[in-house]
Amino acid sequence: MRRLAVVLLVVLAAHPALAQGFLTPEGPVAAAQREHLIRVTMVTMIAVLPVLIGVPLILWRYRRGGRGAYRPGFDFSAPLEIAMWGVPAAIIVLLGTWLWQSTEALDPYEPLGTDPLQVQVIGLNWKWLFLYPDQGIASIGTLAIPAGRPVRLQLTTDTVMQSFMVPALAGQIYAMPGMVSDLNLMASRVGTLTGANTQFNGTGFAGQQVDVQVMTPDDWTAWVQGGTTAPSLDAARYARLGVAGTTAQALQALSLPDSRMHLTAPGLFASVVARYHDGAPLADRDQPGAPGFQPESTP
Amino acid sequence: MTANLHPGLNLGESHGAAHPASENRVFGFWVFLMSDLITFGILFATYAASGTPMGLAGGPGPAQLFDLTSVALQTAFLLASSLTCGMASLSMKAHAGAGRIALWLLVTALLGGGFLMLELSDFASMLAQGAGPARSGWLSGFFALVGLHGLHITAGLLWIGVLLGLLAVQGLSDRVKTRLLLFALYWHFLDLVWIGIFSIVFLRGLA
Amino acid sequence: MSGLFGHLDWTVTPFAAAIADPGTNTFVAAGAAGLVVLGAVALLGFLTWFRLWGPLWRDWLTSADHKKIGVMYCVIGIVMLARGVAEGAVMRAHQAMALNGGPLSAEHFAELFSTHGTIMILFVAAPLVIGLINIVVPLQIGARDMAFPVMNQVSLGLTAAGAALLMISLVIGRFETGGWSAYPPYTGRVFSPGEGPDYWIWSVVPAGIGSMLSGINFAVTIYKCRAPGMTYMRMPLFTWTALCAAIMLVYAMPPVTVSSLMLALDRYAGFHFFTNDLGGNMMNYANIFWMFGHPEVYILVLPAYGVWSEVSATFSAKTLYGYPSLVIATMAIAVIAFTVWLHHFFTMGQSASVNIAFGIATMIIAVPTGVKVYDWMATLWRGRIRMTVPMVYLTGFFILFVIGGLTGVILANPTIDYQVHNTLFLVAHFHNVLIPGVLFAMLAGIHYWFPKVFGFRLHETWGKRAAWLWIVGFCVTFLPLYALGLMGMPRRSSSFADPAFVPLQLVAGAGAVIILLALAATLVCYGVSIRQRGTLAVPFGDPWDGRTLEWAMPAPAPEWNFAVIPAVAARDAFWAEKTGGDPYVAPERYEDIELPRPTALGLVICVATTAAGFALTWHIWWLALSGLVGIGLAVMVRAFATQTTRVLPAAEVAVHHGRWLEAVHTARGITRDAEDSPANRGLAAPDTEVTP
Repeated sequence: MRRLAVVLLVVLAAHPALAQGFLTPEGPVAAAQREHLIRVTMVTMIAVLPVLIGVPLILWRYRRGGRGAYRPGFDFSAPLEIAMWGVPAAIIVLLGTWLWQSTEALDPYEPLGTDPLQVQVIGLNWKWLFLYPDQGIASIGTLAIPAGRPVRLQLTTDTVMQSFMVPALAGQIYAMPGMVSDLNLMASRVGTLTGANTQFNGTGFAGQQVDVQVMTPDDWTAWVQGGTTAPSLDAARYARLGVAGTTAQALQALSLPDSRMHLTAPGLFASVVARYHDGAPLADRDQPGAPGFQPESTP
Repeated sequence: MTANLHPGLNLGESHGAAHPASENRVFGFWVFLMSDLITFGILFATYAASGTPMGLAGGPGPAQLFDLTSVALQTAFLLASSLTCGMASLSMKAHAGAGRIALWLLVTALLGGGFLMLELSDFASMLAQGAGPARSGWLSGFFALVGLHGLHITAGLLWIGVLLGLLAVQGLSDRVKTRLLLFALYWHFLDLVWIGIFSIVFLRGLA
Repeated sequence: MSGLFGHLDWTVTPFAAAIADPGTNTFVAAGAAGLVVLGAVALLGFLTWFRLWGPLWRDWLTSADHKKIGVMYCVIGIVMLARGVAEGAVMRAHQAMALNGGPLSAEHFAELFSTHGTIMILFVAAPLVIGLINIVVPLQIGARDMAFPVMNQVSLGLTAAGAALLMISLVIGRFETGGWSAYPPYTGRVFSPGEGPDYWIWSVVPAGIGSMLSGINFAVTIYKCRAPGMTYMRMPLFTWTALCAAIMLVYAMPPVTVSSLMLALDRYAGFHFFTNDLGGNMMNYANIFWMFGHPEVYILVLPAYGVWSEVSATFSAKTLYGYPSLVIATMAIAVIAFTVWLHHFFTMGQSASVNIAFGIATMIIAVPTGVKVYDWMATLWRGRIRMTVPMVYLTGFFILFVIGGLTGVILANPTIDYQVHNTLFLVAHFHNVLIPGVLFAMLAGIHYWFPKVFGFRLHETWGKRAAWLWIVGFCVTFLPLYALGLMGMPRRSSSFADPAFVPLQLVAGAGAVIILLALAATLVCYGVSIRQRGTLAVPFGDPWDGRTLEWAMPAPAPEWNFAVIPAVAARDAFWAEKTGGDPYVAPERYEDIELPRPTALGLVICVATTAAGFALTWHIWWLALSGLVGIGLAVMVRAFATQTTRVLPAAEVAVHHGRWLEAVHTARGITRDAEDSPANRGLAAPDTEVTP
């Protein structure tokens, strides 16, 4: 127990960092997840505490030379058996019910409200590309969303498998080539958060972070407006993004002033998904993220 | 009760010490076959899961590739070889002598070899049509599953070679008897797996 | 580039890299490679200098004795443990300095976490568990050997081949970088064209086949080779857990063999199982791999539970509480373990109902596991507890394992898993179950059964120092990782940008130093014990006042185990004899004993497999073919062997056993007060504390 307390103290001491974790949630999903974590922990303690408290007591009381009664043949007790099987089973029934409810309630595929903001996410080595098809803009490494509005992310990758997570808003979901997964989230407050890829995908993995800007609706509209006048995300620029490298390297290679680009091809996301289903082999030089990728060869 | 120490063909009282001595080995081999069945099971599942438009990847499918005549012939060869393998076991049980057993084993090997030849020629014609394992996920699953069965048959043929050598060198010793029992189990097992392949891969593919 | 030596040349060694590009990173790699080379040279020199080649060949490498094979498994486990711990310490040191960088390159770091995981699961935990089962099970059930002694040797050879390839990868070329689970498409040819994933594949495949064969061997041994009267419900709990683990090995090993070979087909032959294009599907890999991966965890932890059952009863001088409950719980875990694999990827985007089903199945495992923990507590309750080394480990296990259980229940919730999956929370959790759960049990088990194999006890004081260092080291290293995971730090990160991670990373780094000390203390304990083997000797064979059959014979146990196969009449067979009469009675007559003859088959297969694996990794086709043909030929030639056993005459057994009985009868037993003194020669006297 003391060890646990020490750990808790250390955690509290490091508090500023919690701003990025789901223990200090910035949105309803993460808040519900934290709530669930606390509930589960508390209830499970019913099964855990007897061990943490009982073991030291037993070790002391029944030590050799100690005063506890010695019953070498004691090997069965019906009430004890019932408690040993019954209490954990009851806990699991309760936790199982909660698990069922929470998993359905927090299904990442479930929208968090009407009229969610649609964002398409493409995982690349080692950066995330966000497409706003309705607004006609794209953004590399920065996800800007208005506070208070539900957001629906649709994810895929144009390289290996990745996992997208913004801990303070919602949990993660895998993004896989040729497939689309969904993640619904919402931010309650204005602020700057960090997101990441949590699925190892090469040497640049640790740097594949996302700058999540939660803005007021007005600021966000202005941000979107600025994007429509940025350089456009044409095929050649998209191909250049496929070269393995960090967000900063990509911005530099495309000589972009900030993360925004103008999205002229609304079907980009669909075409990225479809490229793995066209029935033709994909040469190494056409595979973004691969060591043999040659962006200039892409049509 | 030494008569039913393990499932499968029992040599029973007539073979005295050979019978109890083979118990552990036969039982262990059954356990191995269960494990091998998991291996086949995973490949069956992989094959079944890849029979989708995504798995076919625009490549040729069952209708274009499977030659049911050849498959029927292969099935006939394999079933017949199971019969002849059974005859080898019965010859042993009936004390018909090493020569008779060897003869039946040889016939089994010929039938197994014929199966393999037909299978390889099917593979070759698929490859010639550009339908090799590298064409699609579905074809990868097909070649892995059917190919693994073929590899097992090949191993079985080598095993028959060893058994024939053992019969020639050591005669019908207790150890050789046990090995014959194990081989029979193995061969019938491959037959069963083939029936699975025949039904799930070929019949369902063409249905 | 594929001539006689395939893709091999001088530049693939880390030494060449260190010369071309000197720096911390390359020096660490070259240093590790140098250690392997120096270690190998030192070992060869040692063997030559002390003229040990003959004994090594005769008594060990060609032996089919289950105890020696078990010891060799454990030696592999300990050697690989040293490497795994060193790698873990290097990683912790790196991460402690990894704010915006760190001393190692990202690729080197990735190799480290990949080899560390592969080694710790497949070449530390598995060999230790399989080794301990090998040593103990035949002794506990009254058998002379495993059902298939030579196949046992082959299993060992295959595992050793995998371990050898992992060691070679340190010196020649680079290892895989996608973690121990090697998820494609990252590990496919397109994204990892080098030799790394091939090293991984050809290490894992032989180890998987070897473990599967071990499973068959254990299962048949326990089903068919029990002494008369050793009914299922009289089997010691360790044997029960071994049986369940064996059945699981038989069914859980094929998936990893198959998934690795499918990955190999993708890489070598252009198949499309897990590729991005042409119908490959990486989700299949995750499913197949974890159909092995999850049961594997229980294969490791069930025998560990078995150790705790033996240790808790023996050192509290009491009957095991709740034997039927423990058996039922063991079987329940073995079955349910096959139904939960999907919880390793709740976040793959499947529907909520699938996640709910697997989440609840996962939680259900907590019930039998909890029952087991309570049963051991009830075993200690009303006992007379002696705080020996295994009991120190058990104490650490109790306190820490329930924390691992708690976080396991937390992770079983898809809702929370979305947040902590792939973070350091997950890393902390599986270390929390594998270190206190498996490693502590194996170290405790080695301490407990060591005297039975070698004839002398391990040093108690050094053993306790090591045990406490392991416990403290674990806490300091891994409990902070829980917090870091909750703060959102992804696993496998070679650097991080948030300075708030630094304090806890420094704590964890300090913990790694304690773990290094724990490893050192463990090795010192073994060394000191060997030096003091005279005073620690327990020739009468029962140093702990044991309860089960293995303590009813001399230490070291003779090659034939039992002079006569015992007739078992009770659950704690030896204890029943001790309390009900004289356990040291000469049998009416002795019989000839048939023992397996030594053979080099296992060694030949080991060498051929290592060669084939290495050759496949480097595309040296002639060598690969030779290796594979060699394996086939060795098996076929072996089929023609007729003299596979030798007979030990009854007279010889009678002399050996009679001499021991005579010594026992003239010796004076000790009470448990003298357990840790030179007076403990392995003969237990009825204890005043114990006899009511």
